[in-house]
Amino acid sequence: MKHTILHLCTAAAIGLAATTAHAATTLDTVRERGKLICGVSTSTPGIAYPDDKGRMHGFDVDICRAVAAAVFGDAEKVDFVVTNINTRFQAVQSGEIDILSRQSTQTFSRETSLGIDFGPTVLYDGQGLMVPKTLGVTSAKDLTDAAICTLPGTTTAQNLTDFFRTIGGKFEMVVFESPDENRAAFFSGRCEALSSDRSDLAAIRAVANNPDDYVILPETISKEPLAPAVRQNDSNWRDIVAWSSWMLMAAEEKGITQANVDEMLKSEDPEIQRMLGVNEDLGKMLNLDTKWGYNIIKSVGNYGEVFDRSLTGIGLTRGPNTLWNAGGLLYAPPFR
Amino acid sequence: MSFFYDTRIRALFYQSVAIVAVLLIASIMFSTASDNLAKQGIATGFDFLWRQAGFVISETSIAYGPTDTVGRAIFVGIINTVKVSLLAAIFGTIVGLLVGIGRLSHNPVLSRLMLTYVELLRNVPLLLYLFLWYALIISVFPPVKQAIQFFPGFFLSNSGLAMPSVAFESGFEPLAVASVTSIVAAIATRIFLLRRHRETGQERPILLLSLVAFALPLIAVALVSNITIVWDIPMVGKFRLAGGYQIRPEFVALLFGLTLSVSAAVAETVRAGIQAVGKGQWEAATALGLPRSRTMRLIILPQALRLIIPPLTNTYLTVFKNSSLAIAVGYPDLVMVSNTVMNQTGQAIETIAIFMGVYLSLSILIALLMNWYNARVALKER
Repeated sequence: MKHTILHLCTAAAIGLAATTAHAATTLDTVRERGKLICGVSTSTPGIAYPDDKGRMHGFDVDICRAVAAAVFGDAEKVDFVVTNINTRFQAVQSGEIDILSRQSTQTFSRETSLGIDFGPTVLYDGQGLMVPKTLGVTSAKDLTDAAICTLPGTTTAQNLTDFFRTIGGKFEMVVFESPDENRAAFFSGRCEALSSDRSDLAAIRAVANNPDDYVILPETISKEPLAPAVRQNDSNWRDIVAWSSWMLMAAEEKGITQANVDEMLKSEDPEIQRMLGVNEDLGKMLNLDTKWGYNIIKSVGNYGEVFDRSLTGIGLTRGPNTLWNAGGLLYAPPFR
Repeated sequence: MSFFYDTRIRALFYQSVAIVAVLLIASIMFSTASDNLAKQGIATGFDFLWRQAGFVISETSIAYGPTDTVGRAIFVGIINTVKVSLLAAIFGTIVGLLVGIGRLSHNPVLSRLMLTYVELLRNVPLLLYLFLWYALIISVFPPVKQAIQFFPGFFLSNSGLAMPSVAFESGFEPLAVASVTSIVAAIATRIFLLRRHRETGQERPILLLSLVAFALPLIAVALVSNITIVWDIPMVGKFRLAGGYQIRPEFVALLFGLTLSVSAAVAETVRAGIQAVGKGQWEAATALGLPRSRTMRLIILPQALRLIIPPLTNTYLTVFKNSSLAIAVGYPDLVMVSNTVMNQTGQAIETIAIFMGVYLSLSILIALLMNWYNARVALKER
């Protein structure tokens, strides 16, 4: 019943909280509060997880820190709220959180009917399948008639169904609400395969007793563009989140790192000068400080640094998440 | 002025005020919520129920496929919820009755054992037990590849129990008709003979004659019509066992957990009910020379039943609501299907409204049925 109660509370909160949330812009609210409130996922290594001192780490966490650095000049002014997978979008709508940075896939119906806007894609992910090596399976197409463990909802269940409908096979889907039960069922052999976003599978594999016993199959059965989400109709706030994310990518493109950002202030490159607020104030146009870009890079580094810190460690490769000029999909619009 | 001091009128007045206040608050909340949703451009309404669901459900009691509607998927969830709660209520009542009687046994070993059983089950949250049963099932039994075949065609593994199932190639309808006829005939024979016995005192082998009445229509059909039965035997497939009838571990863990929790509650209710029947009833029965077991069955239990029914209603309501813990062990009940729907459509308020509505109306139905039964067995004072 725990979950049901949680849903009810969130549903009720939409009615009550939404009235106050629209009195001011999100930026004003955040400034007045002195803190950014950021919705993240439950403890997932590499994405969002607390260390033994309770400090949050991970890719999604760093996106929030970047925005906090842009707004306050201080990446630590963030409160992280763990969101429920079923009510995460309601938490954004209701103003309970300012940003949802929770491995959420941007889809048409979410953007159009949920009262939210997505920022740019920060991680190009896709749904994959993981199997024990001993199964001898090398392709997802060989998994016809297998049992597949997965978490409820999101786009996962539908993608799996679509995939097996396309190849004309059947499968048994076993769905768990709790990630722990899901993993336990897979590791004990209740299911032949585990399906989730590849980044998530890598995280699960990383915590297995013997990671080498498991293999993530080559097929990516769906596109999962993961993007931060904000409330609809607050253009300025969406711009702040979007351009903070792009700042990370542009910084990698320009070779600006956490370590060399101070030297880069002296760079002759006019775009770097604009990004770091040296001679032109782009910050003012976002209602932010002149140094917003400098602050982001100084506190969290560039995209590559953020990725390496969190995702390389759990065995994820850059794949499509490399810069456009290196054959990848990351493409920040010009800072001018 | 005396009008104002009439307690009945005053009670009526306060109640009306309370009702108006509740309705007012509800309508303010409702209109604020829908205003805000409209302002934020969030879609509302129940149109999504007719969209294609697009996900599979591993356990279905009615035909369902991913191309069916969201509404049908939710209906599959409702049926699964009802199925598991109903079975748990039936099994739990039987076990609970035995445990409750065992609690009162003069044998100290038996009564202590039953006490331990009841206390263990009542004092640990059901959710923990569900996790425990599920973890036991999936870790104790071997993976499906090494399934134990303990009887030809019966396979046991951590993917559940697979057993042969039957399908009728022909002759199903006459057999169904015959079965119903058999049951009716047996009951009618028994009633008729019992009445004859009461009126005339004639001794007839009632049980035997009822059995004959039960068997006759079946034999007749078997002789006359052409019944062909096809066995569907589970076969070892590439990954899973294909065919046959399969009971999944998620269902077993949930049913087992719910049944045990019902049985503990029923046991306590039964014990209290029996102990509430006057000691004099026992003594009178003993004086008549009735053995203990018959005294229990014919004298004590029928009287205890009157005290047992009302708290039993509560137990049944609880098991029905507790079945929503299914989501923890991966059984596709109403809540799990609704959660998936909520996730895909984002229509949290509507989906929650649906499953609240379903739980509320089914709970009220259970309460009404139990109250009707209670009125039937209650002591009729004339």
